[in-house]
Amino acid sequence: MKSYIEPEFIVERDDQKCIRCKVCINQCTYDTHYYDPEDDVIRSRDENCVNCHRCVVFCPTKAITIKRNTTRYTENWHWTQEVITAIKKQAESGGVILTGMGCDKPHYTYWDKILLNASQVTNPSIDPLREPMELRTFLGPKPDKLELELENGDVVLKTKLSPQLCVETPILFAAMSYGAVSFNVHLALARAAAQFGTLMNTGEGGLDKRLYKYGDHIIVQVASGRFGVSLDYLNVGAAIEIKIGQGAKPGIGGHLPGEKVTVEISRTRMIPVGTDALSPAPHHDIYSIEDLHQLIYALKEATDYIKPVGVKIAAVHNSAAIASGMVRAGADFIVLDGVRGSTGAAPKVIRDNVGIPIELALASVDQRLREEGIRNKTSIIVSGGIRGSADIVKAIALGADAVYIGTAALVAIGCTLCQKCYTGKCPWGIATTDPWISKRVNPDIAARRLVNLLQAWSLEIKEMMGGMGINSIESLRGNRSQLRGVGLTDTELKILGIKMAGE
Amino acid sequence: MKPSKRLEQDSIRDDVAIINAEGMHYRDLNFLIKSNSNSVRRIDIYNVDGQRYIGTGLKSNIELHLYGTPGNDLAAFMDGPTIYVHGDAQDGVGNTMNNGKVVVYGRAGDIVGYSMRGGKIFIRDDAGYRVGIHMKEYGNQKPILVIGGTVQDFLGEYMAGGILVVLGLTLKDRETCKAKFVGTGMHGGIIYFRGQLSHTGKEVKVTEIEKDDVAVLRPIIEEFCNHFNLDVDTIPLKEFKKLIPHSTRPYGKLYAY
Repeated sequence: MKSYIEPEFIVERDDQKCIRCKVCINQCTYDTHYYDPEDDVIRSRDENCVNCHRCVVFCPTKAITIKRNTTRYTENWHWTQEVITAIKKQAESGGVILTGMGCDKPHYTYWDKILLNASQVTNPSIDPLREPMELRTFLGPKPDKLELELENGDVVLKTKLSPQLCVETPILFAAMSYGAVSFNVHLALARAAAQFGTLMNTGEGGLDKRLYKYGDHIIVQVASGRFGVSLDYLNVGAAIEIKIGQGAKPGIGGHLPGEKVTVEISRTRMIPVGTDALSPAPHHDIYSIEDLHQLIYALKEATDYIKPVGVKIAAVHNSAAIASGMVRAGADFIVLDGVRGSTGAAPKVIRDNVGIPIELALASVDQRLREEGIRNKTSIIVSGGIRGSADIVKAIALGADAVYIGTAALVAIGCTLCQKCYTGKCPWGIATTDPWISKRVNPDIAARRLVNLLQAWSLEIKEMMGGMGINSIESLRGNRSQLRGVGLTDTELKILGIKMAGE
Repeated sequence: MKPSKRLEQDSIRDDVAIINAEGMHYRDLNFLIKSNSNSVRRIDIYNVDGQRYIGTGLKSNIELHLYGTPGNDLAAFMDGPTIYVHGDAQDGVGNTMNNGKVVVYGRAGDIVGYSMRGGKIFIRDDAGYRVGIHMKEYGNQKPILVIGGTVQDFLGEYMAGGILVVLGLTLKDRETCKAKFVGTGMHGGIIYFRGQLSHTGKEVKVTEIEKDDVAVLRPIIEEFCNHFNLDVDTIPLKEFKKLIPHSTRPYGKLYAY
């Protein structure tokens, strides 16, 4: 069938600058560029280009420019280019349209409608360059009260504390499975987490034995497919996270296509080479809060109650009620992943239309847990499109204990958000299991870039906190008086629990 | 109640320990089992009454004999032990089990062998819904799950590996098994089913068993019969059907790239 779909991007090459070095040909994994020996010229197949910028960055003479194809349908506000192209694609294939990364639709980003406070004259601001600023965060249930006793003149803590995770900054690396991302990415995340004193999350694809030595800085995930879930795996992690849902695809399972299940992926997931790794939509031992309680305690039993067990859900309409159930089921930390949450592969229709903004979910969950008097019994980690330190400060003031970053971490490594992760051909060596392409991520350099990002954001967080006259992240948590809304309705302000700017 | 780490000396004789589980919280019972799992060869536990997670996360070669009714998630994440249940079991027997063996002298509830990747489970009588869901295999690990009686819907759903056998011994007069959606989403492994099925998932095909299957099936049935003192000849191999997936990639063509 002839395809009616036109190229989305046009590759322009300045022939005056092109030295025929063929770097672009070697770098492109989509087979876009080719050399024509007859005319001694490099040409491009525009229809293959995904605008990943790999050739642009690596062209030594900067001869390449990628332009969006300006030849467009007679589109209008309702029938956009994207809509028309999608229909043509489905008419040609009969398939569900896949995509990667997070929702790119213009749903509100509430972070941009929230502004932060700063001290002026009264409650003076603190200079983080001179004064100590505390970003260290403990994740896990806190006791209702502390009982102390005097023993031989020393104060001794009598209350038995629940297991806690200690991170030096409230930024953790989000769940990205080995299989969705390459081994070198997992290795870089683990190294950066260990170096900076934070945590990475395995995602649902298990953990390669070579990374076991970083176990103290790794949260191991247990999802419905139970890939790679063994006793050794559960024991090696600093914490266990039960994955119920994911912001990019709430309510549906995951399919890692068989062609990505290489020998190494097979070893980590503990399944045969080449078979699909299917994660069913629900855990089939969890159909209720009581069942969730059962799995949480099965994991605690299996690991002798020495580490926190958390639960991750996608932010949906009744997140607050579910979160209450999760806490009562024994979740030591809960993870809320918003509508902007990212993915290696998801049906586009799900990614773009299912779920709610993380800002609203976080505010309503925190509020609900406070009202019920159980907020101290869990920690809240939010994720789903966290772009920078300002988003993090706003999230913590709205009630989060910490955030997960996924997309931002990958961008630090080289990702340009071309949204083609599902092809497994990521030219940046990130979202691929191809051993040859994976080498493009140098774990040492990638880890350094990640540590730099954590350091930069942590400094910015300290600056913002200092400006508010706050010197400890504890004092910022749930401190909604430091937030004001602009351009929001009364209902939105009420759900966010913040005042209008000027009030 | 504070768990005592050691078993009382007078409860151990010839490497076999005895625990009276009456009124014991599962946490204390399992703590006691776990902390002694490498010092005795076998533990007999009496008056088991719904305690969950027995054998969960246990890595050892111990033998446990349970008298009574263990609770949910028996042998979850288990790696090595052998558990004999002298009574019925509840839901989640062998959940994500890695290795070892569970023998139930009675019936079992739902999701027996959920996501098990190794070891063996033998249930003498019937089992509930979603038996063998997402069983998988890896390397030398090939889990074997045998149900002596019949099962409910979604047998072998999402099955990705291993061998699941249903003997139908509790079905009277060649009655058809009423389970629906058998093998839905199956993409690996084999189900051997004795008797007639009323409904199968679209991802599986039902075939007659062949010579190779006999070699696989016979020792499994012999082991089952040995455990439950049954005559092998009462379960003729020719009465079995084999269910295998059409594809290891049932959803490969679902997407537009």
